[in-house]
Amino acid sequence: MAEKPEKSVLLDIKDLRIEGYSDEKWIEIVHGVSLTLRRGEVLGLIGESGAGKSTIGLAAMGYARDGCRISGGSVEFDGMELTTSTEAELRVLRGSRIAYVAQSAAASFNPAHTLIEQHVEAPLHYRMRKRTEAQEDAMELYERLRLPNPQEIGFRYPHQVSGGQLQRAMTAMAMACRPDLIIFDEPTTALDVTTQIEVLAAIRDIVDQFDTAAIYITHDLAVVAQMADKIKVLLKGDEVEESSTIEMLEHPKEEYTRSLWAVRSFKRPQKARPGGDAVPVVSVQHVDAAYGQTKVLDDVSFDIHAGMTVAVVGESGSGKSTTARCITGLLPPTAGKILFNGEELPPSYRNRTKDQLRQAQMIYQMADTALNPKVKIHEIIGRPAQFYSGLSGAALKARVDELLDLIELEPSQYYNRYPPELSGGQKQRIGIARALAADPTFIICDEVTSALDQLVAEGILKLLDKLQRELDLAYMFITHDLATVRAIADEVVVMRRGKVVEQGPKDEMFTPPHHPYTDLLLSSVPEMDPNWLSTVLEERGVDNVGEAANI
Amino acid sequence: MGDVLAIILKRLALGVVTLLVISVLIFSAVEMLPGDVAEAVLGQSATPENVAAMREKLGLDQPAPVRYLSWLSGAVTGDFGVSLTSDERVAEKIGPRLVSTLFLATYAAVIAVPLAIVLGVLVALLRNTVFDRVANVLTLTSISSPEFFLGYILILYLAVKAPLFPAIASLSKDMSLPELLHRTFLPALTMVLVVTAHMMRMTRAAIINLLASPYIEMARLKGAPAWKVIVRHALPNAWAPIINVVALNLAYLITGVVLVEVVFVYPGIGQLLVDAVSKRDFPVVQAVCLIFAATFILLNLAADIGAILTNPRLRHPK
Repeated sequence: MAEKPEKSVLLDIKDLRIEGYSDEKWIEIVHGVSLTLRRGEVLGLIGESGAGKSTIGLAAMGYARDGCRISGGSVEFDGMELTTSTEAELRVLRGSRIAYVAQSAAASFNPAHTLIEQHVEAPLHYRMRKRTEAQEDAMELYERLRLPNPQEIGFRYPHQVSGGQLQRAMTAMAMACRPDLIIFDEPTTALDVTTQIEVLAAIRDIVDQFDTAAIYITHDLAVVAQMADKIKVLLKGDEVEESSTIEMLEHPKEEYTRSLWAVRSFKRPQKARPGGDAVPVVSVQHVDAAYGQTKVLDDVSFDIHAGMTVAVVGESGSGKSTTARCITGLLPPTAGKILFNGEELPPSYRNRTKDQLRQAQMIYQMADTALNPKVKIHEIIGRPAQFYSGLSGAALKARVDELLDLIELEPSQYYNRYPPELSGGQKQRIGIARALAADPTFIICDEVTSALDQLVAEGILKLLDKLQRELDLAYMFITHDLATVRAIADEVVVMRRGKVVEQGPKDEMFTPPHHPYTDLLLSSVPEMDPNWLSTVLEERGVDNVGEAANI
Repeated sequence: MGDVLAIILKRLALGVVTLLVISVLIFSAVEMLPGDVAEAVLGQSATPENVAAMREKLGLDQPAPVRYLSWLSGAVTGDFGVSLTSDERVAEKIGPRLVSTLFLATYAAVIAVPLAIVLGVLVALLRNTVFDRVANVLTLTSISSPEFFLGYILILYLAVKAPLFPAIASLSKDMSLPELLHRTFLPALTMVLVVTAHMMRMTRAAIINLLASPYIEMARLKGAPAWKVIVRHALPNAWAPIINVVALNLAYLITGVVLVEVVFVYPGIGQLLVDAVSKRDFPVVQAVCLIFAATFILLNLAADIGAILTNPRLRHPK
């Protein structure tokens, strides 16, 4: 992150305005944003969803998604005005001089072709290299990005490669024609922290090595602090402020920027287990589970006491959600048992009584898909109240109103609305109300905040905390976000490859000495310090992070 | 590839079971038809003695399950019994007709399938343009008109007003292939017009369905021209639905040809079926129905296998 000498301007966006088509009219979604980028410079674009980050990033390639159009301003790339260029002129730039790295590499690689086939497409199309040369170059880039088996990995299909490796292969693909500018659109958002760190390191290295300019789009400040020379903060299509990374972290000027920084401040006091021989609400005892022949849980045991929050953390594929499926009876365990208030539950939900079912409820990650879009809010919430408590008529309506009050949504306003009319945070609140409607004592929260913006997520966490205090609920909180764990957990269970690696009260878990895997997880969470990534890589060595780590 | 082979074998076994169920349905449907077969066959000479003798000759005095089993065991070895009207072996009666129908179906398919897919790709590429609209209207018109109507229109314009092709597709054994193709062009063209629209529209829909995928956006952002985006990036992922519709239409080319054969007096299996039904020649009816059922099952099986083979996840397991 050393000071770079002033270089020539590569990209100059002035007063960019973009409109989106909705409800049969064009609505402005980006309201006059300007930015300049010099050769070799990395600009971080940061903001919540709906801020227009991706839209601006794509506009830098002269591209607007279907249903969007650039309606004003100018985009000048290396002396060429993109807003007035023809599609054919723009196409010549794309892939050759400006490249794009998408959020989900798994979805952005074509499933029908091998990685290297997709890698060499642009160089062959632009006749920059012959096929064999382009392939050799791809292998070299794979090696530089520290992909395993660089000679061979390109000949695999996307589904045969892990997410973190795909994201690096996509960065390699963006480099295929040695572009002047790369747009990174949330390239690590979909990855686990341990995978994220190696992708970040790889991206930073390769951008440095080829002195490529980049626009790095993300909603995670700590991530952008590692990558960018300067940061621009956006809010609902407007620029909030822009300054150098160090300046931005130390002296944010605007109130909104400071609120983004402060977001991780919510913390509630940690509770200890009730003393004596208190019976836990849920006790998972030596549970094994399998999908078909594949064993996915191996001897998992932990307890959850009334009124407490137990966070279950681990990377994707570690068995967190599978454990939840075992507790709810969706996936009967192959061995072990689940006790509820000291009483053994039948393995399958089919054999459980209505009251046993009522006691344990679930809130899902994607409120969008977990709520039926064609059913009104009061029916969504009222249905479990009716089913479990037999309420009807005025009593049911009173209960729904009470639940809406509990989740801090005005009943008269929301009673008759449909889920698509609500914002992401409001939908998640409806999900919570639906779980509460059964009047449970235990709720499984499966990544309930990971699809939400930080400020909204904070609101949900505060609500869950308030409900826990008022209703004495026990939570099993599944997450891969350790900042959330720090904020709300009483106890932590760390899982890896279907096994519990370590468990205990939160303060102990976050204080060294850790189990090596817990240590890896904790040290992989990006920190606001711009030197964090360099420090971690120095401590561990570049080849000992993420998937490759030796623990 | 071991997995794929296992899947194919499983589907094949399921196909055999399906065929068995259908054979029961066919047999009982014929069984439930009103009237007595022996009386129908004998017609005016149906005295009680004659009928009884005939029933014995046809084995009708046996209980139905016994007759079903003997019919089935014959059918498995290709022996469908003897025609009631002409005393010929059913297999010998059907054989040449089936060959004719298969010839016509192949002829139509060789034109229709590539045409439909190329058109489908073109209209997907030029979607919402005049070309797209015109192609859609024309193919929809041809699919919504009855086959016999299309057939007569073609005869009117291509045989009567401009005598380019014969109106009647009569065949003889010693015809050369070009002559055969010329003779049967009009019925083949009629079939092409009937099946093209369906396949073309499915190709278009399957491709357009994929255009919102992130990997299509990625291809565009790599600078791939529009035709390459469609042909290289969308089409390979759209094969499964396209193959399924192609298989259904191929089956239709074999089993749905009755009207076209009648219009062009083409000696195919459809005409044979119509004759057999009107003359109550039940062994022939049963055999033809079974062949039709097997055609559907085989082609759908082929579609499943095709869909599997175009899916890289199944072709290249982890």
